[in-house]
Amino acid sequence: MTTPTPILRVENLTTSFRTDDGVVTAVDDVSFNVWPGESLAIVGESGCGKTVTSKSVMRLLPEYTSMIAPESKILFGGVDLAHADERTMRSIRGAKIAMIFQEPMTSLNPVFTVGWQLDEALRYHTSLSRKGRRERAIEMLRLVEIPNPEQRVDEYPHQLSGGMRQRVMIAIALCCEPDILVADEPTTALDVTIQAQILHLMEDLKKKLNTAVMLITHDLGVVAQVCDRVIVMYAGRVIEKGTVREIFHSPQHPYTKALLDSIPKAGRREHGKRLPTIEGIVPSLDDLPEGCRFEARCPLAEKRCADEEPDIVPHAFTERPVRCHFPLNQT
Amino acid sequence: MWTYVVRRLLYNVPVYLGIIALMMAMLRVRNPVMMFLGKSATEEQIADLTERIGLARPFFFQYLEFLGQVFTLNFSQESWQQPGKTVGDLLSDAIVPTLWITVPSLIITAGIAIAVGLVSAFFRGRALDKSLVLVATLGMCISYLVYIIFGQYFGAYKLNDALAGEGPFDGKLFAIESWEPGFPGNWIHFCLLPVIINVVVAMGYDTRFYRAVMVEESTRDYITTAKAKGASKRKVMFVHMLKNAMIPIITRVMTTLPFLFVGSVLLESYFNIPGMGRELLTAINELDFPVTQTFTAVFAALFIVTNVLTDVLYALVDPRVRLS
Repeated sequence: MTTPTPILRVENLTTSFRTDDGVVTAVDDVSFNVWPGESLAIVGESGCGKTVTSKSVMRLLPEYTSMIAPESKILFGGVDLAHADERTMRSIRGAKIAMIFQEPMTSLNPVFTVGWQLDEALRYHTSLSRKGRRERAIEMLRLVEIPNPEQRVDEYPHQLSGGMRQRVMIAIALCCEPDILVADEPTTALDVTIQAQILHLMEDLKKKLNTAVMLITHDLGVVAQVCDRVIVMYAGRVIEKGTVREIFHSPQHPYTKALLDSIPKAGRREHGKRLPTIEGIVPSLDDLPEGCRFEARCPLAEKRCADEEPDIVPHAFTERPVRCHFPLNQT
Repeated sequence: MWTYVVRRLLYNVPVYLGIIALMMAMLRVRNPVMMFLGKSATEEQIADLTERIGLARPFFFQYLEFLGQVFTLNFSQESWQQPGKTVGDLLSDAIVPTLWITVPSLIITAGIAIAVGLVSAFFRGRALDKSLVLVATLGMCISYLVYIIFGQYFGAYKLNDALAGEGPFDGKLFAIESWEPGFPGNWIHFCLLPVIINVVVAMGYDTRFYRAVMVEESTRDYITTAKAKGASKRKVMFVHMLKNAMIPIITRVMTTLPFLFVGSVLLESYFNIPGMGRELLTAINELDFPVTQTFTAVFAALFIVTNVLTDVLYALVDPRVRLS
């Protein structure tokens, strides 16, 4: 048996933006692997850099205002995507790495039919005939469980509900059988029952097509349901990595623990008690503290935390990576 | 689709009836016959003109009769100021010079402005875009009159001096007086300069508008989706973006369509072009009642028709409109 190799290796990814107030680094020295067929979650609050990370991988960030640092590497199939040219990226986007987005209501082009939009991806990346592409489009719609695919294929996005549109987005993303599906908050804009259906569908298709999923979300409930491994991000940094079980049962970073504590728990009624929240706000990216970025909000912060930013190192006890001077579960 | 078109048309019928009623009432606030003939008119003259336009009859009958004339395209009333000529004669005489100027102006303006808007949006935030926006804004800041006067000075006076004794018009490449139909020689002679001025004047506004439309479309989510599918920049721009941008583009172009027929009063006056705009202005100044009334009704009809046409084009471009 050969040792499995990661399908995507992100090393020291640093992405910055030119703004009116100078250069702002949204993703700072982020490294992670994606293994074939796994589900990796990237979680964190708004503005922590999770979407920028995913768009960096796809190289979908604005060309003239964003830059990926020269030492960053995004290795995929022997190509460094961080510095690949547009032509290479075009052959990978939609074919090898596909993406779905948060807003199914606006992600589809309103003036083209569902079939046309599916056909477009197939046209770019396959050598199928016109007829073959149409058959494939209908087959994909059937795969994402859209009723009457023969009829739906000629409809426009506004004739579909939000959940259906996200199904169409998934169909478009998966029609060329990509190795990785990047899902950026795919269920945030949907209501809860539809969320469950879409997650279930993604799980199902992931297994059928053996696609790795990179799930960007702030919803830990979703993570617990569908993911294998988790990366927790805070203010542009990775602060903790682990399997879903490890993250949920023994969080090592005070931020991860605080995040978990602020999830409402079904069945446990605590009358008169407010749901715990994390005090304070995420530091602004153009004015980051010198020490740990979570220091100002951390209940366990000490002097050292304010002076010196911790590295991401294996936990003394569990050997699981964490970026904290005083990680939890020391004993 | 057809029911949509018919419904749009029907919606506009009451609007048109209202416009005509209002216009006719306003033209009758002061007795048009007395205004035209003045104090020294004889009883006989007054009675004759009043009889000819049926002014003595109840307003409602006049209204119905005039509507009948408009809907049957019967423009046989005689002009007061130019006896022997009917309103229809004046209309058909004036429409040709106007169209010779406005149609090329519109096509050239829209073509160039959309292209420049696309280029500007494509290079958004970079030097080329910034300089294009600067030039467009500068262009907008200058009055129409300045363009006409300087255009005439350099285009007709200076240039004709420089070309004296050469070419088919004896150095007079651009005329600013009189009018003779003919293409292409006479068109260049009489129309090209006004067309250029028209294009230059509209360019600033249109470029900025189209750029704004494209920039807005370029930030939409479906653009990111298209890129994520592996579409090239060109495909994203010309297929995804342009088709969505067609809605505001059509609106913009269509709202200028009535001016195709109405023409530009300023331009036609300065260049002595006997077009629709100048004709209506003359009729109003000379209190030529039948000409004023019919020209106004025709202009209103053109506005309504282009409105309906715009709605129909929307439906062709945007599938969401077809159903509602």
